[in-house]
Amino acid sequence: MSHAQYFLEATYLIASCLFVLGLKGLSHPDSARRGMILAAAGMAAAVIGTLFHPDIHNYIYIAIGLMVGSAIGIPMAMVPMTAMPQRTALSHAFGAMAASMVGIAEYVIHGSSLGGIKMGALGLEVMLGSLTVTGSLIAAAKLQELMRGTPITYRGQQFVNLGLFLTMITSFVLWLTHPADAHYFYVMAGCAFIFGVLLVIPIGAADMPVVMSLLNSYAGLSSAATGFVLGNNVLIIAGTLDGFSGFILSILMCKAMNRSITNVLFGGFGTPVTAETAVSGAMREVSMDDVAVQLAYANQVVFVPGYGMATAQAQHAVRELGNVLEERGISVKYGIHPVAGRMPGHMNVLLAEANVPYSQLYEMDQINPEMPSTDVAVVIGANDVVNPDARDNPKSLIAGMPIIEVDKAKSVVVLKRGKGKGFSGLENPLFFKPVTGMLYGDAKSSLTALTQAVQKV
Amino acid sequence: MNYLLFNPAVLMVAMFENGSTAFNPAVLIASLYVFALAAFLGFQVISRVPPLLHTPLMSATNAISGISLIGSLVIAGSRYDHHQLLASVLGCAAVTSAMINVTGGFLITDRMLKMFRKKETAKAEEKK
Repeated sequence: MSHAQYFLEATYLIASCLFVLGLKGLSHPDSARRGMILAAAGMAAAVIGTLFHPDIHNYIYIAIGLMVGSAIGIPMAMVPMTAMPQRTALSHAFGAMAASMVGIAEYVIHGSSLGGIKMGALGLEVMLGSLTVTGSLIAAAKLQELMRGTPITYRGQQFVNLGLFLTMITSFVLWLTHPADAHYFYVMAGCAFIFGVLLVIPIGAADMPVVMSLLNSYAGLSSAATGFVLGNNVLIIAGTLDGFSGFILSILMCKAMNRSITNVLFGGFGTPVTAETAVSGAMREVSMDDVAVQLAYANQVVFVPGYGMATAQAQHAVRELGNVLEERGISVKYGIHPVAGRMPGHMNVLLAEANVPYSQLYEMDQINPEMPSTDVAVVIGANDVVNPDARDNPKSLIAGMPIIEVDKAKSVVVLKRGKGKGFSGLENPLFFKPVTGMLYGDAKSSLTALTQAVQKV
Repeated sequence: MNYLLFNPAVLMVAMFENGSTAFNPAVLIASLYVFALAAFLGFQVISRVPPLLHTPLMSATNAISGISLIGSLVIAGSRYDHHQLLASVLGCAAVTSAMINVTGGFLITDRMLKMFRKKETAKAEEKK
């Protein structure tokens, strides 16, 4: 090895260590920023080291790529927090795109002289990368509402998907056994691109947290496979960390819905259900002033946000109401379900943006024991995550899904746009309980009106 | 005879025959060690990230996996005997995509993490 290569390997080793330290910093909000600065320094070291790579002779394409990439990347970091899910889906697409382009380029350059093992890794890299690119683009389109969020299903969908998957794997195997024949490689890559689309179109918007985590995992694993192809350890380490992070998140999201990954991917959840549970009683509508009085004389108020809070951009209005209540000496907490919103941690980021201190953000397991001593639970645009059927009705589609037990609070106020059903199309018995009052209207304007009403009490 | 293709033994022989010149078993084994250890380490480190920070975690790991930039840089800048243009263009596209994630990912992660404040600092921020 030349001096230059030793220098390069040293920067990669430093980068690997800094990446791990950076992720370790994320175990607490106080150390998180410092951790990410370390990780960014690691990235800078590795990139600058690579610019001195002995094989690099031509800097034109590099300069173009770096400039165009920064020109797109920097504005993408400025999007409003409500657009985080689609932004993240897009960045999964870009990450996977990089990996799959590297894979295709390596094959174009070296062809079958790569050897079997590297071709195997390259095949995995290109397959995972390509299906993540199209899958993430579809997910982003659904989240941005360029496409309807409801599942797109058709007869024989699972057979089509299975057939395409088998074609992809068969061409992969044929390519490995006939390395000189590039056709198999391109058929494999093409199948992967189409498979990504077909995999995501039948998945409903409410299941997006799982899909986002899975795509995150695939993008990471395809980077790790790139590391195997290039024989580069820092790529393997960073890709594996990303892959496992996505994998852990998908498991957590599935647990929070009491469903398996296969069920999310192939279940076609969200299709209209015929076996409806009989709900007795009527929904009780409450007036703004009643709610304001209840809130003003409460000891503890818990807000439970859902995706509706994000669509109504109501996070600032919630915090203002929370501040007014706190000034009256009322204890204000926020109960956050792991799958509330469209990606893991979505609600936390929105509330943090609205200046809610993180000590007031409670996880489901922390807030549930507090529910019986809560005077008013305010549900803002959440539905399935507070549906008591999940706990009480074993026949329900969401049976066994852990919920935030707002129905155990002394009083529940549900802020809802209209009388329609939730995303999953399930009737929510919470709305019919005597303890629940419904406050219809846009969440943001309702909350602003409530804030003013509480101030007058 | 087609079913033979799915036989792992046949596949292994095929892989080794093709790769006997380019493939070095020691490198593969070392890479597998790195992969396995990184997986365990990742599992330990990431399990400790609280749900509070799951969105920043996702954007942070996204930014970090933008490290495929280093592979793309070499492809975009190297000289080849054939397919030079195609390789450079693919490399350039890869550099662009990876760079989007590196700059965008780290910036937005920092922007998000800045918003997670303690009670006192959040209140102080309010008053400004």
